[in-house]
Amino acid sequence: MGQVEEDFNKEDINLENILIKTVDLTKTYIVGEIEVHALKSVNISIEKGEFVAIMGASGSGKSTLMNLLGCLDMPSSGDYFLDGIHTSKLPQNEYAHIRNQKIGFVFQGFNLLSRTTALENVELPLMYDRLEKVKNHRKQAEEALRKVGLGDRMHHIPSQLSGGQQQRVALARALVNEPALILADEPTGNLDSVTSVEVFNLFQKLNDEGITIVMVTHERDFAAFAKRIIEMRDGRVIRDAPIKDRLNAEEELKRAVAEAEIAE
Amino acid sequence: MKAKIILKVATKSIMKSRMRSLLTALGIIIGVAAVIVMVAIGDGAQKKVEEQIASLGSNLIIITPGASNSGGVNRGSGTFNRFTFEDIDKIKNEATLIKGVSPIVGSGGQVIGGVGNWFTRIQGVSPDYLDIRQWPLESGEFFTERDEMARAKVCVLGSEIVKNLFPNDDPVGQQVRIRSVPFKVIGVLKEKGQSAVGTSQDDIILAPSKTVGDRLSGDHLHLNSIQVSALSNSKIPATIAELKSIMRESHKLNPGEEDDFTIRDQSDLSEAATETSRILTILLASVAGVSLVVGGIGIMNIMLVSVTERTREIGIRLSVGARASDILVQFLTEATVLSLTGGLIGVAFSFLMVYVLNHYTDQTAYIKPQIIMIAFGFAGAIGIFFGFYPARKASLLNPIDALRYE
Repeated sequence: MGQVEEDFNKEDINLENILIKTVDLTKTYIVGEIEVHALKSVNISIEKGEFVAIMGASGSGKSTLMNLLGCLDMPSSGDYFLDGIHTSKLPQNEYAHIRNQKIGFVFQGFNLLSRTTALENVELPLMYDRLEKVKNHRKQAEEALRKVGLGDRMHHIPSQLSGGQQQRVALARALVNEPALILADEPTGNLDSVTSVEVFNLFQKLNDEGITIVMVTHERDFAAFAKRIIEMRDGRVIRDAPIKDRLNAEEELKRAVAEAEIAE
Repeated sequence: MKAKIILKVATKSIMKSRMRSLLTALGIIIGVAAVIVMVAIGDGAQKKVEEQIASLGSNLIIITPGASNSGGVNRGSGTFNRFTFEDIDKIKNEATLIKGVSPIVGSGGQVIGGVGNWFTRIQGVSPDYLDIRQWPLESGEFFTERDEMARAKVCVLGSEIVKNLFPNDDPVGQQVRIRSVPFKVIGVLKEKGQSAVGTSQDDIILAPSKTVGDRLSGDHLHLNSIQVSALSNSKIPATIAELKSIMRESHKLNPGEEDDFTIRDQSDLSEAATETSRILTILLASVAGVSLVVGGIGIMNIMLVSVTERTREIGIRLSVGARASDILVQFLTEATVLSLTGGLIGVAFSFLMVYVLNHYTDQTAYIKPQIIMIAFGFAGAIGIFFGFYPARKASLLNPIDALRYE
């Protein structure tokens, strides 16, 4: 940890509040005989309670970064500290444990188990919790579903739910283990704009409660719901700045509904 | 993860596609049922053969006076008879593997009674004799231990005697004179037919051995031979060994001294028959076993398809914190539950088939409890064996690729 503290001190960052810290994070894929440098020495740090949008064109390395941040993949070199844990030094098997304990994923395609009720989908992470923090899986899952406004849809299976509802189930699943970080990969990519705003409304509310959210998106309009934007190109961070004119999803939602009424 | 949860997840996955699961398990169902039914048919045949041999007296052990060898001159079998009632008592008291023992005291003689007279064999035996020879009575009753002790002058007639002396009326209760000694007929033997060498086994009169010894044969001390029935066919060699040591002790033979008796059984015959039916059983079981293995391959096939189909599910599970080992265990459990359920249904099915066989055909099938365990265990082992490869394939999936899989 000494090395880390040194680094943090060097950059003058409050260690207490740091959730994500990457040091020269690099990922190189070898495809045949060609080396593909997906990430080149990425250094970012994200504090607790932030809402970060990672932007970039396809091939910019944003998905690779997302996979590394989500402990779904290991970096080729560099260090990644998540909530004080130096993950790059851990054996692969520990990655599953970190995913379970520290991270909640929200995917573009929802990735819910089909023919499985919303409640059971949300219970899934609790099943793999080796520490068994939560005794009553059902109660915890019900709570998470209520939090995303699906208290009345608990026993529906994904095919009986709308896209927005499915994404909210996925969000409840991400929340159920009380993770330090929510990682969202194009969370509204499969949703229409009104439903997307609804989802961002939920994200903002959760963020207001103190949950850290890191989201990958390629739509600048949606990135404006975040507090900070990290832009990437060719495997490097090219811009990292706070968002000035942050959109409030609740207001946007009201406007969208009003517009829809006028249109009718 | 707890075993309960693992089982629940596996059962749920199986129930999600019932039709496919049933079809997958069908191979195991048929395999297990086939193994059990085939072995049951084999065992039934073996049992039938054993019963037939037993009715011939396959449990029968005959002790005859052996060759005595004095001064290097072998005087042949039966030349030196030292069998006495004491031998019988000793066998009765000490042998643990026998069902019954009977002395044979033989004598031939003229019998007068009924419509005329007849020359026949008169055999003195014990009350155990009918059981030893598996020889039922046609009518009346057999003499008892008490008749034996009292040297009662009672006898039981073979069907040949009845045919010749009492062609029209029931001999039971009537009197016959055997070598001028009056005997009361108390029973009639069922017809047994010709013996292996072609002589009629029914041309005989049975009487208590001590009565025959005292009143008819003149030599009231010695026995012609001893017949014993072993408790079971499989224990015959042990029984023979036991009888041998009892007889040696009874005859006070020193170690190294040759036996003065010979013990024989029908093992050659029963061995051949048992071997034949055993080979039949093995043959049937192997054919059925092949179908069980084919069933296992069916499970592997479907599990492989299932792993591919559920790649995304695996990705989801990995992303929420499942370890590779969790995935391995999940799919392995699924395959095992599938095959064990198939095994269970197969066992039930085999009972049904054996019932039908036994009630509607003349085939006898007999299910040994251990074959159920073997078939069931084999089904489980097949599930694990053929489920392992797909499960391992599932567990080796990379979470990113699995999540992206369309």
